[in-house]
Amino acid sequence: MVTAEKDIEEILGKYPNASRDALIPVLQAVQEARGFLSREAVLRIGRHLKLPASKIYGVATFYNQFRFQAPGRNHVQVCRGTACHVKGSAAVLESVKRVLKVNPGETTKDGEFSLEVVACIGACGLAPVICVNGEFHASVTPQKIQDILDSYRGKAR
Amino acid sequence: MSEGTPAVIEIEVNNRKIEARKGEMLLGALRRNGIHVPTLCHMENLFPTGACRLCVVEVNGQRNLVPSCAFPVYEGMTVQTHSPRVVRARKTIIELLLADHPDDCLYCVRNGNCELQKLAEQLGVRERRYTGAKSAYKLDISSPSITRDPAKCILCGRCVRVCEEVQTVSAIDFIGRGSKATVSTAFEEGLNVSSCVNCGQCVMVCPTGALREQSHVKEVLGVLNDPNKFVVVQHAPSISVSLAEEFGLKAGTDVVGKMTAALRRLGFQRVFDTSFSADLTILEEGSELVQRLTTGGKLPMLTSCSPGWIKFVETFYPDLVENLSTCKSPQQMMGAIIKSYYAQRQGIDPKSIYSVSIMPCTAKKFEAQRPEMGSDGMPDIDAVLTTRELARIIRMRGLDLAALEPQGPDTPFGERSTAGKLFGATGGVLEAAIRTAHWLVTGSEMENLKVQAVRGLEGRKEARVKIGELELGVAAVNGLGNARKLLDELRAGRSDLHFIEVMTCPGGCIAGGGQPFIGDAEAVRARMQALYKIDRDEEQRVSHRNESVQRLYKEFLGKPLGEKSHHLLHTHYAPREVVM
Ligand code: SF4
Ligand code: SF4
Ligand code: SF4
Ligand code: FES
Ligand code: FES
Repeated sequence: MVTAEKDIEEILGKYPNASRDALIPVLQAVQEARGFLSREAVLRIGRHLKLPASKIYGVATFYNQFRFQAPGRNHVQVCRGTACHVKGSAAVLESVKRVLKVNPGETTKDGEFSLEVVACIGACGLAPVICVNGEFHASVTPQKIQDILDSYRGKAR
Repeated sequence: MSEGTPAVIEIEVNNRKIEARKGEMLLGALRRNGIHVPTLCHMENLFPTGACRLCVVEVNGQRNLVPSCAFPVYEGMTVQTHSPRVVRARKTIIELLLADHPDDCLYCVRNGNCELQKLAEQLGVRERRYTGAKSAYKLDISSPSITRDPAKCILCGRCVRVCEEVQTVSAIDFIGRGSKATVSTAFEEGLNVSSCVNCGQCVMVCPTGALREQSHVKEVLGVLNDPNKFVVVQHAPSISVSLAEEFGLKAGTDVVGKMTAALRRLGFQRVFDTSFSADLTILEEGSELVQRLTTGGKLPMLTSCSPGWIKFVETFYPDLVENLSTCKSPQQMMGAIIKSYYAQRQGIDPKSIYSVSIMPCTAKKFEAQRPEMGSDGMPDIDAVLTTRELARIIRMRGLDLAALEPQGPDTPFGERSTAGKLFGATGGVLEAAIRTAHWLVTGSEMENLKVQAVRGLEGRKEARVKIGELELGVAAVNGLGNARKLLDELRAGRSDLHFIEVMTCPGGCIAGGGQPFIGDAEAVRARMQALYKIDRDEEQRVSHRNESVQRLYKEFLGKPLGEKSHHLLHTHYAPREVVM
C-alpha cells in the first residue's frame, strides 16, 4: 500500500505542528488534491496530527463535504438547497439513488458514477437541478433521471 | 476532598434547604442529599458533556431547564427537580429514544438490568406517543470479545469516553451526524481490525444492550451435555468475590465454596482454581525477573497477565514489547498444564478435554484464541465465560447459589496461596511477586509479607523495596490511561524502575469488563477488601510454598524457566498492525 504520497506529504508539510485545529483544513486540502479521502490518507493524516483514525473519520463524516470513495468517471451532484427542496428534490435524490444503487458519498461498483448531495448551486431559477460533470439539468423530475444518467454512461468526463 | 473542607453553601431544593460544596455541579449536591435525578451521559470523575439532558431541573431565574450535571451550584439558588415541567421533559427524552429503539426487551441480554428500560418504567412511559421508522444497522460480531448492536445504542457517549479518556485507546467514536449518527470504528470496519484492545470497559458503562460480551454460553452448555468430552473449569481469583452480587448478596461476599458446588451441579467434571496457576506464574515470572536483573536483560520487566494490556503494548508501544514478561497469563498456564501434565497423569486424551475458564474479563476471550496460546495445534483454553455469563447459566439451571452447600476444589490445581488470590486486585501480582522474589534472592521469607504501598485503588502506586542487597523500583498501574503515562516516562528515559505490574481495567480484575453490572465504586472496594481479608486470615501466603506447584515442578516441569516451562508456559509477543 502506498502511504507516503507526495501530494499528501506536501500538504502535511504545511502543518508541522500536530494539532486538532489543523484537521479540517488538512482534510479539505487532501480531498481537493485527490478528489476523496482514501483510507491510507486518513491513517497518514492521523499519524501526522497524532489523532486516532476513529476521531478523524468521525469528524470527516460529520461534514457532508468529505467523501471516502474515489469519484466515478461521471460525477452527479443533486441539489438539496431550499428552492430545489420546495420543487421536489427529495424525490429526485431518491430516484438517482435508486437508478445508481448508491448512497450520497459513494461510487458505483463499475466506477461509472459517483453521487454527491450539495447545497444550493446557484441555479435556483432552474429548480430542481442536478449537475453532471458540471453540466446543469433544469427542472428535472424523478422520471427523467434514468434517461439523463444513461446519456452519460460510457462517456468519459 | 483532601485539601481541607470545601466551603459549604446553602441552596434550596424542592422547598427544602440543603448543603452544597462551593464550585461543585448541582448533580453532586443532589445525590449526596439523597435526591435522585436520572442521568444517561453523566460519568463519575469525567468532565460533564451535558449531552443527554435527562438530568434537567428548574432553577430560579433560568428560562430554560438546565442540566444539573453541568450546572454549578451558587449561594441562594432554588431548584425544582421533579416539577411537572421537568418530569415531562425527561419523559419526552425517553419516549423519543424509544421511538427509534427496537422493541426487543424480551430477547435482550440486558432485560432486567437495562438503564433505558428502568427509566421508561420510572417515568411511566405507557404508550407510544412517537413512532417513526426504526433505523437499520448491522451487528458487529467481528470481535472475539465484544458484540456491538448499534440498533440499541442511544448515543449517550459513555463508551466513547471510557475508551478515549480512561483507556486512551480511542477505537470508537461518533460517526456521521443527525439521524445518521452512530458510534463506530474508523471507516466503520469491524472492531477486530480497529485498535480496540478488548478490555470491555465500554460494555461496563453502556446503559443498554448495545454492547455485550461475545457469548460462549451456548458452546459450553453444548459440551456439558456431550458424554465424549471431559469438561474442566477454572475460575479466576476475582470471581469468587464478585459473583455474589449477581445473586443479591452483599458486595465482597466470598462464595468460593458455593460457586464450586454450583459448577459441579452444572456438570463440570473438575473444578480448578486459577489462583493455583497464579502461584505458578509467580514462580516463572519471579525467576524471569531475577534472571533479567542478574544477566542484564531488558528492564523494567512488565507483567503479562492482562491480555488487553498486552495488546495495548503490541499496538501502541511496539518498542517496549521486549519488556513484557514472556510468561503466559495464569489462565493460559492452567490451560496448558491441564492438557499436558494433567491429561498424562489421568490417562485422558487431551483432545477430549474441553477447558473452560471463568474470567472477569472480555479480553480473556481474545487471549484464548490467540494462535500463540496453544501447543501441538490444540488451544490451551476452549471457552471463556465472564462472571456475568456464569451467573446466567446458574440462573438458567435454577440453582439457588445462596442455599448450596460449599464444596472444595479438585486436586491438584485447587491448591493456592493467598498471594495467588491477590492477583484479582491491582497491585496483587506485584505483591505476590515481591514475596517470592525475596525468597528466590535471599532464601528467606520477608518479615512482613504485606506490602502496603502497592495496595489500594489508586491509578498508580510506586514503591522501592529491599530484597537482600537489592533495592528494586516497582510500580503497579491500573487503567490503560495510567499505563500510557508511565510508558511515556519510560520512553523519555526514566530508568529507576525494575518491575511494573499493569492491569488493563481501572482497579484490576475486580472491576474487569466481564464483571457484574451492579457493581459501583463501593462494590469494587468491597471485592478488594474481600481479597485482602483472605490474605489476612489464611496461613499459606506465598506462592513458592504451594505444594502442588512444587510437585508439578518435581514430577513434570523440572525448574522454573526450564525447557518444559519454556514450551508450555511462555510465549512471545510482537508488534501489531491495526487501524489507528
Ligand atoms: S437495550 Fe434495554 S430497552 Fe433496549 S431492548 Fe434491551 S433491555 Fe430493552
Ligand atoms: S473494549 Fe476497550 S478498547 Fe475496545 S472499544 Fe471497548 S473500551 Fe475501547
Ligand atoms: S453503545 Fe452504549 S455506551 Fe456507547 S453510546 Fe451507545 S448506548 Fe451509550
Ligand atoms: S436551491 Fe438548488 S440551485 Fe439553489
Ligand atoms: S446526565 Fe446531565 S446531560 Fe446527560
